[in-house]
Amino acid sequence: MNHLPLIIKREYLNKVKNKSFIIMTFVSPLIMICLGLLIGFLANLNKNKERIIDVVDESGFANEIFTDTTSATKYRILTNVDLAQARTDVEEQEHYGLLYMPKVDSVSQLEENVKFYSKDTPSLTLIADLESKIEKRLTDINYKNKGFNIDKIKEARVRVNINQESYSGEKTSKLSGGLKLGFGMVAGYLLFMFIIIYGNMIMRSIIEEKTSRIIEVIISSVKPMQLMLGKIFGTSLAGISQFVIWVLVLGILSTILSAFFGVNMAEMNSGPQQEMVAEAMKNGDVQQKIGTLLNEIYSLPLANLIVMFLLFFIGGFLLYSSLYAAIGAAVDNETDTQQFMMPIMVPLILAVYVGGFTVLEDPHGTVAQVFSFIPFTSPVVMLMRIPFGVPMWQQIVSVVLLFATFMATVWFASKIYRVGILMYGKKPSYKEIYKWLKY
Amino acid sequence: MDNLLVAENIVKTYGDYTALNNVSLTVPKGSIFGLLGPNGAGKTSFIRIINQITMPDSGLVTLDGKPLEQNHVQDIGYLPEERGLYKSMKVGEQALYLAQLKGLSKNEAKQRLKYWFDRLEIGDWWNKKVQELSKGMAQKIQFVVTVLHQPKLLIFDEPFSGFDPINANLIKDEILKLRDDGATVIFSTHRMESVEELCDHIALINKSNKILDGKLIDIKKQFKSNTFEVGVSAYNGTDLRSLLETKFSVSDASFKSIHDDLKVKIKIDASSTPNELLSFLTNQGQVNHFSEVIPSANDIFIQSVQNN
Repeated sequence: MNHLPLIIKREYLNKVKNKSFIIMTFVSPLIMICLGLLIGFLANLNKNKERIIDVVDESGFANEIFTDTTSATKYRILTNVDLAQARTDVEEQEHYGLLYMPKVDSVSQLEENVKFYSKDTPSLTLIADLESKIEKRLTDINYKNKGFNIDKIKEARVRVNINQESYSGEKTSKLSGGLKLGFGMVAGYLLFMFIIIYGNMIMRSIIEEKTSRIIEVIISSVKPMQLMLGKIFGTSLAGISQFVIWVLVLGILSTILSAFFGVNMAEMNSGPQQEMVAEAMKNGDVQQKIGTLLNEIYSLPLANLIVMFLLFFIGGFLLYSSLYAAIGAAVDNETDTQQFMMPIMVPLILAVYVGGFTVLEDPHGTVAQVFSFIPFTSPVVMLMRIPFGVPMWQQIVSVVLLFATFMATVWFASKIYRVGILMYGKKPSYKEIYKWLKY
Repeated sequence: MDNLLVAENIVKTYGDYTALNNVSLTVPKGSIFGLLGPNGAGKTSFIRIINQITMPDSGLVTLDGKPLEQNHVQDIGYLPEERGLYKSMKVGEQALYLAQLKGLSKNEAKQRLKYWFDRLEIGDWWNKKVQELSKGMAQKIQFVVTVLHQPKLLIFDEPFSGFDPINANLIKDEILKLRDDGATVIFSTHRMESVEELCDHIALINKSNKILDGKLIDIKKQFKSNTFEVGVSAYNGTDLRSLLETKFSVSDASFKSIHDDLKVKIKIDASSTPNELLSFLTNQGQVNHFSEVIPSANDIFIQSVQNN
């Protein structure tokens, strides 16, 4: 008798009809967006705060350096005030800080002698900003002093953009490199998150069956293996449903929000990217940029990516969820699971780190290649590598290895499961679990 | 075929520990078979083997003449001692699910559930969640689910735990009715009074070995000690007792009587008959009470386990 569909159906319905599951499904995207807005708002709040920095200038360069009057940081150049007086004034007036530029004979003497006084340690960005402002101006002055023509120097500056092409003639660019990176990272992290969230859910639902003592009733009707697979598949389906809803809700909400507060949000996110976009817009080639972006997307091996994404995602999740199922069966309550989580978390985190550093550094290096074959890390690592072009034989071998290992872990997990679900009370040790394999 | 379930030379070990050591049992069709034994004797291991939850290391179990196979789960209803229901699931949904796992179609299950729910007057629980029910209420649902698919073999492990006396009686009557309708029942319990009441066959397992089995009445005959409780009103009770003590082994007895009798238990030799004792006694005084002491299941249990 095959009860698998019946079990999957119950597991699925039980999960999706659960109140906290429903709330989580619809509320977490809202929370995420609100959190994003809050962070943006807070960051902005800080940025827009007006700061006044007094400048005591004995060098005579300050007038040329602090010409920008639009930024939130205001520079007040003090004249006829000595440093000691200025320091007490600034402190009394509670200005943000005091910049001191001493009198020097040559520009290069300023390199080490500019000082900044403030009540608290000033923000790193402020200091970096000041340094670059002063540097830029002083360099120009230095050029002039040494007899160079600044305009000519600017003219003479060369910018190189290397056009990359593989032996087989595939052209790549930095943009597509970023795109590949992005795809790989998103796919890898998605799988990582999915395994942790829904693997835990499977584990909890097995523990629940043990604590409610229904397990023996059920397995007098169905084989433990069927029950375990039913739980894994049912929970996976519920997880996929939740994920899809999250993506949809996030998409819809962010569209609505950006329609309402579009301008606002653009301002909030005024990071470097935003500046680049603004720069691009100024140059009027934004349409061209979007065009190349689309081209790059189309030039990715999309069919390969999608098929392999599905295979590795499913294989990787099933592999890990069977281990979660075994843990759930071995223990009585959630607090006892921690000791057994280590063997799961270590390869998973390793995969993400190897993916995050090694693959991005060199997608086809030895480390990346090896880890993309080891079944416990291959789903994440291979998913990150594939956009950069992995030979088909490697992909196939890796998938086959993954699914073969899945079969092995299911067998292994079902052995533990079969015995574990009927064990109550004592928390088992690794040694005891090893014994169960032979029962 | 007179026996529904035959287990031959069942051996089950867990690592170094032997849970069942060459246990053979036959459960006659239509009987209520008491499976008895102290805690940890191996009863649950045996029951799990019948339910194919675990496989024996060696030995053969046949149900209705056929070796156990996956389809037999439909013929068996099992109420385990460690039992429960999904707490967050509604009673009706849950009963339907469990019935379907036993091979009933959804419609069939619905009809039968309606019958049983009406019969036990629990129809209005259908849409309640299990966590809203009391323990006794949940036990009733569990009982219904166990018998719903009309199995040939019913296995009850401590079926009355968690029930008040009224409901325990109700369930007892249902078990008897199921037996009368043709089901065979294996009944595992530590409550010896319900063994007396229900079982016609018993088997006693101790320390992984079967130490006793057969018809309850035969076992009682086997354990009888030729002891009789007598109440005699004699002119001088103390003298009579002294006289008796010279001829038999005598001990105190207590039973209800309206007479001011000498009440004693008298054990006679296997070679003499009750009639000889009786005729001896009638010569000494008025015999108001004469009955054979029948060993209770409790006595048999304790005696066998301690001697083992």
